Amino acid sequence: MKRNLAAAAAAALFLFAGTVSAQNEQFVPANFYWVGPYAPGGSGFGGGMIDYFQMINERDGGVNGVKLTWEKCETEYNNARGVECYERTKKHAPTGATVIHPLSTGITYSLIEKATADRIPIISMGYGRTSAADGRVFPYVFPLITTYWSQATVMVKYMGEKMGGMDKWKGKKLVLVYHDSAYGKEPIPVLTDMAKQYGYELTTIAVPHPGNEQQAQWLQIRQIKPDWVILWGWGVMNPTALKAAAKIGYPREKMIGVWWSGAEEDVLPAGSAAKGFVSAGFNAPGTEFPVMKDVLKYVYAKGKGELEDKARIGSIYHTRGVVAGIVTVEAIRLAQAKFGKGKPITGEQMRWGIENLNIDDKRLKELGAAGLMPPLKVSCLDHEGSGLVKFQQWDGAKWKVVSDWMQPDRKLVRDKVEADAAQYAKEKNISPRDCGKDGM
Amino acid sequence: MLYRETGQFKSTYAADQQIFPILQDRIAIIVLLAVAFIVVPLIGDQYWLSAILTPFLVLALAALGLNILTGYAGQLSLGTAAFMAVGAFMTYNAMLRIPHMPVLGAFIVGGLCAAAVGVVFGLPSLRIKGLYLAVATLACQFFVLWAINRVGWFSNHSSSGVITAQRVEILGYPIEHSRDKYLLTLLIVSLMALAAKNLMRSETGRAFMAIRDMDVAASVIGIPMMKTKLLAFAISSFYCGVAGALYAYCYLGTVEPEAFTLDLSFRVLFMIIIGGVGSILGSFLGAAFITLFPTFLNLASKWLESALGIEMSHAVVSNAEAMIFGGLIIFFLIVEPNGLARLWQIAKEKLRLWPFPH
Repeated sequence: MKRNLAAAAAAALFLFAGTVSAQNEQFVPANFYWVGPYAPGGSGFGGGMIDYFQMINERDGGVNGVKLTWEKCETEYNNARGVECYERTKKHAPTGATVIHPLSTGITYSLIEKATADRIPIISMGYGRTSAADGRVFPYVFPLITTYWSQATVMVKYMGEKMGGMDKWKGKKLVLVYHDSAYGKEPIPVLTDMAKQYGYELTTIAVPHPGNEQQAQWLQIRQIKPDWVILWGWGVMNPTALKAAAKIGYPREKMIGVWWSGAEEDVLPAGSAAKGFVSAGFNAPGTEFPVMKDVLKYVYAKGKGELEDKARIGSIYHTRGVVAGIVTVEAIRLAQAKFGKGKPITGEQMRWGIENLNIDDKRLKELGAAGLMPPLKVSCLDHEGSGLVKFQQWDGAKWKVVSDWMQPDRKLVRDKVEADAAQYAKEKNISPRDCGKDGM
Repeated sequence: MLYRETGQFKSTYAADQQIFPILQDRIAIIVLLAVAFIVVPLIGDQYWLSAILTPFLVLALAALGLNILTGYAGQLSLGTAAFMAVGAFMTYNAMLRIPHMPVLGAFIVGGLCAAAVGVVFGLPSLRIKGLYLAVATLACQFFVLWAINRVGWFSNHSSSGVITAQRVEILGYPIEHSRDKYLLTLLIVSLMALAAKNLMRSETGRAFMAIRDMDVAASVIGIPMMKTKLLAFAISSFYCGVAGALYAYCYLGTVEPEAFTLDLSFRVLFMIIIGGVGSILGSFLGAAFITLFPTFLNLASKWLESALGIEMSHAVVSNAEAMIFGGLIIFFLIVEPNGLARLWQIAKEKLRLWPFPH
């Protein structure tokens, strides 16, 4: 035991010595996952973000000359490992972790308090705690672009439109098949509220982690005979659900997936059973966007790409990672403009940068990302920034976008966000910031 | 030569019965505790305290709890994580619903609730044994998680089922810094380990071991089966419950029921198998091996990369990590099936004779 501790102390010193490096660098931790049932998501998203950073370094020489650096840490989509990775990377030279992308709702929950205390912003893009969209209570957490609750309202709206109007929902049956975790349970309150509003009957069916066994759940669905099914899955659960749906003959066109159910990796293993399946998304796939062409030209052509399987370049997870990279780099750029161009920024300055992000259509065009992601405008009050969602359908070979950017039911979502955030603030004795005074 | 008990005479029963009868052991344990309580908090940085040492201590406590049940009383259990979940969620509820609840009191409430659940799910042990009992405790694992997931009361009707640990304050002193959390965990774990050590030397502990070794013989010599077995379940679950509460309050801060899956139960079981079944020290050694080793492998691969100047694909490293870890578990089980604690014991015996082999 004693010797263990001595070794631990020595290793700690070694760790310190190892982190002293060049000063004109901006460090962003890459705490993702490359093993386990969720590896396709983790490696694709992580790969996309790192590819974009690499492209910025190669093409522009960094952000105003500040090179982006990163370090990978394996979280296994496991809270305990995620916290360990966070603690390991947060003090990295020169200015600590600039921002953290936990890429797991569970890890996001575990980090909210820790990161707020350490003054490191969290970007939980399309996952995490929805009520963190209330920036007054959660100054350091940014569920950017769109949240689960926004998405749930857009899904109901999309299905309503397909039926010919929201009034058609009356008496219809909707089933939510969800991953039995904090992530899967997020949409339930919103879907329940909307059931009251529109008069549909909601049944929620849980699938235990990891979800490779769903026979009982789909037999239950066959008995219910729902008009629509929402698939709130993750990883291996998605193709399994599609295959099970095919087995009981449930039409895939009537299944709407969450954006973590709508990647190539989710449908390809299901083969022909996936054809017709619709899913939500906040980023478009493909390599024809100018920014993706730059990634190919400056990164993959030089053999520095992250993805070993070249077929995955431009896949949903990959471009989602690129979007994460764009958001991160734009916030760094903005923070540099305020706090000193060409100098590394701290987490606190980065927080200001993200909070004042405004990526409009013009800027999207300059970035070569028009159509890849919706425009984004963050403020002190609104840490979501957009809320827009698109739908795409799998035609058996690729995802085809089948809708425009659709607006969520902002009022419903915002009311629930504020109520939930207020309860959190009360439990935690946080007095919400006054956004008027903060200048936004 | 240093480790020799020649000349240490015992003239009282108390001296003969103390936990560490050998002077060198007493000195070693005092030094170890001094290092853990004073030196480590002074030199350890936040990463080591909050991400490595605190979870190690918490899981060591859980392993200790399982060791009381499985190692000493011989009742195989796969419900460890469930008992931890009960401890964590009931501590949260005690803090939430009882006004002015001190946090240590809430830990005890959490532990007692876990003990109650343990007794209920320990009832089958009166009729079934061995692997069949393991299956019965497996039911506990699934039932508890199901109940926490489905009954909103446990998580105060949080939509996602996640609980956020309240502020920890002891006598007005806030426990927020990782050093304070480490010290609180260390204090609780040390006291409970001491209690466990003494318990196992008492009549109750000996009754546990009698049941483990042969329950028919134990009942013939007058050990009450029901009381003893249920007591083993209660004490073990109490330890696991407190460990679960510490896991939530001193380590993660925010807990969802998924943190306490069957996976964790297996990990704790592996800890006692590798560390040593029926040994207090073994619980700590096993927990150290299982919690620290994957992190060490992860760091080691980075040092290797920078030392050798090669770049390895991260996916390969991550997968290799899991493979090396699995391989080492098999290696240890083949070389020393009685666990790391046994290796330690052998080393001590050798050291007593050293440098003369006979």
